[in-house]
Amino acid sequence: MTGPVTTPRSYPPGQYPNLPPPRGTTGLSGWLRANLFSSTANTILTLVFTGLLVEFLMAAVDWFFLGSVIDARSRVECRQTGSGACWAVIAIRVEQFTYGFYPLAERWRPNFAFVLLFVALAPVLFDRTPYRRQMMIFSLAYPFIAAWLIHGGLGLKIVDTHLYGGFLLTLIVGVTGIVASLPLGIGLALGRQSRLLSIRLICICFIEFMRGVPLIALLFVASTMLNYFLPPGTSFNLLVRVLIMVTLFASAYVAEVLRGGLQAIPLGQIEAADALGLSYWKTTWLITLPQALKISIPGIVNTFIALYKDTTLVVIIGLLDPLGIGRAVLADAKWTGLSTEIYLFCALFFFVSCFAMSRYSLWLEKRLNTNYLSE
Amino acid sequence: MAGFFAAIAWLIGNVMANFAALDKSFGFGFLWELPANYDINQTLIDYNSQDTHARAALVGLINTGLVAILGIVIATVLGFTLGAMRLSSNWLVAKFAYCFVEFTRNVPVLLHILLWHGIIIHTLPHPRQALGLGNSIFLSNRGFYIPRPVFEDGAWVLFAAFIVGIAIAVLVRRHAKTIRDTTGRSIPVFWIGAIAIIGLPAIAYVAAGTQVSFELPAFRGFNYQGGLTLIPELVALTWALSIYTAAFIAENVRGGILAVHKGQREAAESLGLRPNRVLTLVVLPQALRVIIPPLTSQYLNLTKNSSLAIAIGYMDLVATLGGITLNQTGREMESMLLVMLIYLAISLFIASLMNWFNRSVRLIER
Repeated sequence: MTGPVTTPRSYPPGQYPNLPPPRGTTGLSGWLRANLFSSTANTILTLVFTGLLVEFLMAAVDWFFLGSVIDARSRVECRQTGSGACWAVIAIRVEQFTYGFYPLAERWRPNFAFVLLFVALAPVLFDRTPYRRQMMIFSLAYPFIAAWLIHGGLGLKIVDTHLYGGFLLTLIVGVTGIVASLPLGIGLALGRQSRLLSIRLICICFIEFMRGVPLIALLFVASTMLNYFLPPGTSFNLLVRVLIMVTLFASAYVAEVLRGGLQAIPLGQIEAADALGLSYWKTTWLITLPQALKISIPGIVNTFIALYKDTTLVVIIGLLDPLGIGRAVLADAKWTGLSTEIYLFCALFFFVSCFAMSRYSLWLEKRLNTNYLSE
Repeated sequence: MAGFFAAIAWLIGNVMANFAALDKSFGFGFLWELPANYDINQTLIDYNSQDTHARAALVGLINTGLVAILGIVIATVLGFTLGAMRLSSNWLVAKFAYCFVEFTRNVPVLLHILLWHGIIIHTLPHPRQALGLGNSIFLSNRGFYIPRPVFEDGAWVLFAAFIVGIAIAVLVRRHAKTIRDTTGRSIPVFWIGAIAIIGLPAIAYVAAGTQVSFELPAFRGFNYQGGLTLIPELVALTWALSIYTAAFIAENVRGGILAVHKGQREAAESLGLRPNRVLTLVVLPQALRVIIPPLTSQYLNLTKNSSLAIAIGYMDLVATLGGITLNQTGREMESMLLVMLIYLAISLFIASLMNWFNRSVRLIER
């Protein structure tokens, strides 16, 4: 009634409940201000970073997409038509990168095994899978089914192991190592906690030895001198030897992770089990192991990621994993010098699978976090 | 226990039977008796192909050590930087660090090594058109050429000044602690120390005349002469191992800093400590306790991963003793045994060093 409404100079607390928040603290501008331009130093940092990133991204897009060539017969042809990446080498050899030299007519077998892998993984990874118990039986049988499908026998044509290669080989070594190293790692971890000095010593020596030596040295042992340790005249497949070494190597790391889990279990749990009259095996099987496994699953998954990445080392002893195929391709005069394209392609494959595994590990960590032990 | 010994005995028995069948003997004499007959592309000590296998193995071991030490230093600096960047309040910086860390650590380290080696070999120019930074550093596909410091007769003055500087810094630090404990006043230890360590050698350098000069690489004939040459294998291996390990260290650092309770920081701030001191006096000492054990295993991993050098032809321990020596002499058992024992010794050494450091920063509970 008396002139226009003026904005009051001060805002006593509680008097103006409906005022909007100050300008520039909400919405997009608020977010920008808080996260990118909160101070002079921050603003400079943001501007410099944006400049560098734009520069880098422009060059990357140019190399990866705009200037790249996907349809060419050789490196020379690539360089004539474009200035960027020569993806033609991948396009022509993609089957080799996937299967190695696995015979063309039999490739439905690894494909089928690959699909079944997800069926077998579902009940293991997600505890809300329908019919989990029944599916678990399939999961337990899966390694044998997959081995039969890929290797052959019992009605299927046998495919020799030296024909395996590419991502197929990575998966074979990775999955076998993961599946076999878990029980072995559990055994070693329990052995390390054993009350029997001799068992404890053997386990400690084995674990520390495996962890102190680089995997590549162990693979050399597998490829050059494992035969010396076997009765004269026996010799067995290089792939099997590699699988054994990778498994032993990974099991030592699994055991160390699990030891942390076992040590985190309050002594009261074990004392309570003792008081109830449970035997050592019952205590382990029903009380300590389930709890320890639950705590250490994220760590174990990290070990598996490391093992999966380490499968690339088999290239050094001459197996044809994706890197081995890549080297063979680079040795071809038509494609020589395209190492960046080939290795980035392999890197993409490993990034996708390892990133998925690490996300799963994080998700699981969050889910298991409701447990009283980790509070 | 008996079963275990039986198994060991069975294995050794097999080995002996196999050795007898192949007419081989077991012994390490070959290391000293035979000339190695192969060249090594990077030798930090005198070596030629007529030296013994033992000498070649030593050259390889030193090459392994060089990569491991360089890698550990670079990875630590890079890892702590990336870890701090991931916690930056600047969204862009934090996201950039996140993407870099995830992309780097989810790709096998061997792939990193091969990728960087390929980039150096195939995309950098020939020495004739080497990329020059000023007229002192040149990058080419044959290697990186950097100036080499040449120490002349009076150079010991510089080293002496440097050591005296460090001694002064240590003394000042100790003195400052007593002053702070008794009176509460603080002395700018960092600046005094920095002036002592950098300033004294600088004064010595100016006062005593030139004792150090730099030999610049220069293009002559087909390649660069003079200066220091970092071979592509060394650069690729060190860089790849460093960024790979740095990505893991960054995560450890981030985890360690986040593990310090928020209340600690708030309490320090409410006591009126400046942000810098909050970090150095309150947050970092507590975070280090969490960071150091995983940091140890990252250092060990880096050292063990340096054995992948063999994939790109850098002559480390595995490539010399476990590679060419093994193939030339046919002594698989002895060579691999030695290689594994040496790695085991290195691992145990680093682990005990880090355990000692860990004990010194551990929480002292009453």
